[in-house]
Amino acid sequence: MSEPNTLTPRQRDDLRTVAGMIIPASTEYKVPGADDAAVQADILKTLGRDTAPVVAALDHLARLAGKPLVELDAARRDEVAKQFRASSGAPAATLVRVVLQCYYRDDRVLRSLGLELRAPFPHGYALEQGNWSLLDPIKDRPPSLRRAQ
Amino acid sequence: MKHEPVDVLIIGAGASGAAVAWSLADTKMHILCLDQGGWMKPSEYPSTGRDWEAKFYGEWSTSPNIRARPEDYPINDDNSPIKVVNFNGVGGSTVMYTAHWPRLHPSDFKVRTLDGVADDWPIDYDALAPFFEENDRMMGVSGLSGDPLSPLTHPPMPPQPLGLSGPVIGKAMNKLGWHWWPSDTTVATMDYEGRARCINLGHCTPACAQGAKASTDITYWPHAIRAGVEVKTHCRVREILTNEHGMASGVVYYDEDGVEQFQPAEVVIIACNGVGTPRLLLNSVSGRFPNGLANSSGLVGKNLMFHPYAQIYGFVTEPTDSNRAPPTCLWSKEFYDTDLSRGFVRGYGIQFGRGAGPVFEAVASEQKGILPWGADHHRIFRKLNGHRIGVSAICEDLPEEHNRVTLDPVLRDGHGIPAPKIDYTISENSRKMMEHGLARGREILEAAGATDICTNNPIPWGGWHLLGTARMGTDPARSVVNEWGRSHDVKNLFIVDGSVFVTSGGVNPTSTIQAVALYIADQMKQRLANLFD
Repeated sequence: MSEPNTLTPRQRDDLRTVAGMIIPASTEYKVPGADDAAVQADILKTLGRDTAPVVAALDHLARLAGKPLVELDAARRDEVAKQFRASSGAPAATLVRVVLQCYYRDDRVLRSLGLELRAPFPHGYALEQGNWSLLDPIKDRPPSLRRAQ
Repeated sequence: MKHEPVDVLIIGAGASGAAVAWSLADTKMHILCLDQGGWMKPSEYPSTGRDWEAKFYGEWSTSPNIRARPEDYPINDDNSPIKVVNFNGVGGSTVMYTAHWPRLHPSDFKVRTLDGVADDWPIDYDALAPFFEENDRMMGVSGLSGDPLSPLTHPPMPPQPLGLSGPVIGKAMNKLGWHWWPSDTTVATMDYEGRARCINLGHCTPACAQGAKASTDITYWPHAIRAGVEVKTHCRVREILTNEHGMASGVVYYDEDGVEQFQPAEVVIIACNGVGTPRLLLNSVSGRFPNGLANSSGLVGKNLMFHPYAQIYGFVTEPTDSNRAPPTCLWSKEFYDTDLSRGFVRGYGIQFGRGAGPVFEAVASEQKGILPWGADHHRIFRKLNGHRIGVSAICEDLPEEHNRVTLDPVLRDGHGIPAPKIDYTISENSRKMMEHGLARGREILEAAGATDICTNNPIPWGGWHLLGTARMGTDPARSVVNEWGRSHDVKNLFIVDGSVFVTSGGVNPTSTIQAVALYIADQMKQRLANLFD
């Protein structure tokens, strides 16, 4: 369920920048970064009840950075990001979680991980029986349930 | 508005309320159950959508404070390292549990006699044995009979497959020479009583879209309703009223439209769990019962037991089941019984975890600092994702009166009813037990070759098991209900949920909660002619 998007343009820019710092694009794994437009659109569309803590996190980030995150040089940006993650508590954790939960349901990312692009239901998954002979030593153990008297 | 009286009014349609309703239905009494939530809609369960993992952090959170649905009531658990988790609706917390199905051991009912701590229960394992069996049939249990360290069970369905994770854990346990066994679970491994077999949706805890996991909305309730029991949903009970004879006369509740109603009843049965039940009793204040109903002992709300969970997990090189299997499949009772050389009394069960889905893995690992930001994120994530195994020590929590549920002076639910407040600390004995569990868990993980080992000690949102706050006993000064669940103070008032537990054992309690509920219902049926004597 989504709620009205209340992020300002500056907050959106900072969100995109920090998301790209959390998960940059990778040519090696053929995946976009979390600053990818589709991932960002998913985040904004589904922010819902997380809007308030994410806004709080972005406000804190803006205070730490002093200007739009993208305008900082790389070293300063990393420093701010570390400070942000260490000092922003639950709001920062929510922001990071929101980025991760949208990134790790993106089709391109799931494909790269070898995962199917579908909900678990209705097809489910096959589960192999496994090696039941591993239980033989335990079956050979004498019963030793502690008695009540 | 006042309604026609019913013979039996049950408050709460969860694990125990459903069981007692079904059992009492054969008396042909007029039985009504009120629940603050509604009927579940499996088509809306998380695993039906691509955003299935994200829902666990919001509307399908196990925490009522995070979930915050209209049927949830807030709980002030700021003063507790363990936060309360539950689910409100028809089926109660059986809608949202892992379906792990151990039962208390015979020795758990005699802890004073055996170990000199806490109190013995006024009933023993043998009294509950037939009800464990009956409940296993009704809920539909899968498992493997013959565990040498557990009470003998007869699961009607075969155990879950070991999958990929089970053998990794089994080999490690064998290397250490420690006990392990396929868990009894309420996951149907074959078609059973109208339930389709498990197809490994993986996301079992926040409700099973397949209906393979037993929750009482699909097990007991259809039978109870066919037998004539009536269920009214979205009805939140505010208080139980009493008459001039000190007997319960009925309940005041708010209906779906928020309109206050009075439902008279000859017998009232509370099945609201170890937090909801004391909350209701403490909210039911009158001139005759100024400290809350059924509280002449002063013990309503006291002796809250949670089971502190000491969790440790790591990552192996072999692929594990990730989210493609029920989360739990194995247990160990190696450290279940008292061995004072360990530095604590009593013990813990171990519940093994098969793995986690990608979003959960990313979020948890980032929080633990093992999944970095930046270019190395992808490589590390691929090392972690789909390689997790977990060990959780479910530590027996002994009753302590300072661990308690009271009424919050400020916090209210959506109907203005005072909310519960939790004050809870982990005892020194439990701390030692948890440390022992973590150390053994580390040995298990190392034997499995796991790396990147992390702990949650305790699992903060781990207050699944809500026990002890209206304990049973034969002494009215030291207990709230008698040995068959009837209030010492109010002779037509019964409590059938986990509140009546005297001690907690070291296992998930739902099987025992339901066995106790069926036992109490059976006692009531045997005493119908003189139920109030």
